[in-house]
Amino acid sequence: MPANRFNGFTDYGIGLGLRVPHYQHILEKKPTCDWFEIISENFMVDGGRPLHVLDQILEQYRVVQHGVSMYFGSADKPDRTHLKKLKALVKRTNTPWLSDHLCWGSVDGTYTHDLLPMPYTFSAARRTAEKIKMVRDYLEVPICVENVSSYAEFHVSEMTEWEFLSEVVERADCGILLDVNNIYVSAQNHSFNADDYLNGVPLDRVAQIHVAGHTKFEKYILDTHDHPVLDPVWKLYAHAIRGAGVTATLLEWDDKIPSFDEVHAEALKANEFIAGARAGGAAQRINPAGSPRRAPRASR
Amino acid sequence: MTITLKARRGNVGLKAPPRRAPQRLANEADLRALQRWMTHALVRPLTADDELQPRWHDGRPMAEVAAEYIKPNDRLTSFERLQIYSRAYWFRLIDCVYDDSPGLRALLGEEQFSALVRAYLAKYPSRSFTLRNLASRLAQFIREEPKWTRPHTALAHAIARFEWAQTVAFDSEARPVITPSELAKTPPTKLRLGLQPYLSLVAAEWPVDDYVLAVKKREALRSEASNAIDRARSAASKKKVPRPRRARTYLVVHRYNHTLYYKRVEAPAFRMLTALTEGSTLVQAVAAAGSRVKAEQVREWFATWMELGWFCRRK
Repeated sequence: MPANRFNGFTDYGIGLGLRVPHYQHILEKKPTCDWFEIISENFMVDGGRPLHVLDQILEQYRVVQHGVSMYFGSADKPDRTHLKKLKALVKRTNTPWLSDHLCWGSVDGTYTHDLLPMPYTFSAARRTAEKIKMVRDYLEVPICVENVSSYAEFHVSEMTEWEFLSEVVERADCGILLDVNNIYVSAQNHSFNADDYLNGVPLDRVAQIHVAGHTKFEKYILDTHDHPVLDPVWKLYAHAIRGAGVTATLLEWDDKIPSFDEVHAEALKANEFIAGARAGGAAQRINPAGSPRRAPRASR
Repeated sequence: MTITLKARRGNVGLKAPPRRAPQRLANEADLRALQRWMTHALVRPLTADDELQPRWHDGRPMAEVAAEYIKPNDRLTSFERLQIYSRAYWFRLIDCVYDDSPGLRALLGEEQFSALVRAYLAKYPSRSFTLRNLASRLAQFIREEPKWTRPHTALAHAIARFEWAQTVAFDSEARPVITPSELAKTPPTKLRLGLQPYLSLVAAEWPVDDYVLAVKKREALRSEASNAIDRARSAASKKKVPRPRRARTYLVVHRYNHTLYYKRVEAPAFRMLTALTEGSTLVQAVAAAGSRVKAEQVREWFATWMELGWFCRRK
């Protein structure tokens, strides 16, 4: 699968989010899985079972870190303790890239623990890009930002979400973790065309793709990660890999989690679309952004 | 029981929201102002019906304030869109404390527990990037505002301290264990030992360890019974765990081989461990245990504690 400077020139396949209900199965049965994505914050602790489990996983599997509280879009500066703990974890996992969300969630040191939508403005994009660069320089690892699902939009926005994402990643010169489920959810909630989103972002910066399930309510859709992936989301996934090339893909399943085998089988459905993309000649992307000459940071 | 929550102003650290929504975001200060406004809107307690409060801090209708910032769409008003986030905030954080507090929850019952947690989070919103620390001040809050736990405030406080100690034991740092040869280098009159950061000393007027274990067992049974036809088991799972009877209890909450343990110790042993955490020398700590304690007994305790890896260098 195509490697680029945003995923550390790795070539990862289909992975799963590492979740507590599966620990025992994974450690005892050692099932085949190309890679695991961990939620960084769950392991940014000083000791105990979480790190013990992680070390055992690291002996057997490739692990990529995904964060939920860096809040690149928050006006606050990055928290020093947070960064130090994150860097210690980066050294432990040797993650080839690190992702977090294009959102905000804290201000004045008060945390909402949510992925709140950005106002899509040029000044917010500049500020966010600066923060991404600051974090990348400190952590010394490629950074990818993930588009979030959202339920509200601000009057002050000056552009579409995908224009904002493009503005931020170009300014920060970072990668994208493209969450096609989030695109679908937001498209439904804000009545835009999801294909316009995909056509509007620099797909050569996509380092990883997320797929997940969601829940439909009467007036909006929630990104619940408690279902199999729905057909329209797979359709968007197919669109994404036609444009971006076949890229490291991960299924998120965070609530009402079924057995490991069931979750893995759901993730492996991505293979059908990958085969389709390959047949269509889209898979072997030669990514201009992947040139090592343009990416000294990627050689870790 | 219905407890109506008043909105609290001035959460520690979170500065006042702007009076009016900015027309455009020109700089970082504008971005910060918008984020302050939304954070204030989210962390305000919900109404009894789990809705956004109808009025903003300044008395204006909340619908009007939300509409200044957030676009409506063809299905939802600005108020309703903001409410999705506010509900998510409260439900997520309440769930988190809920999961970490089975004993407290069983003691108070769902309704009183929910009122307690909402009041706690209104006063102490999260100041950490991790939800792990969310309940770190719950015991303190129970003491500060006893009305939420009456008539069981003292017991609730003891259980909250015990349950927080478990979070600490689960994932706090383990420092290098002090070895017998290191111990031998310093005379007992000068030796000051540290206790592992993951270890907590909890003295309570009730056997909170037995109570919380019984609650967890009952919860496990309930979860098992939810799929079982066995009526007797199902009925047993619905019975409430009786409140514990008073019995002074001294506990060390710790971990061993990555597993959590609660070890009961005798009062003199507890006094000795407490003295060590307070910086006493070994000789002073032994004296704190009391004159009736025999040297042989102290040696036995000490050997066990050394074996459990409880001692490290003081920072």
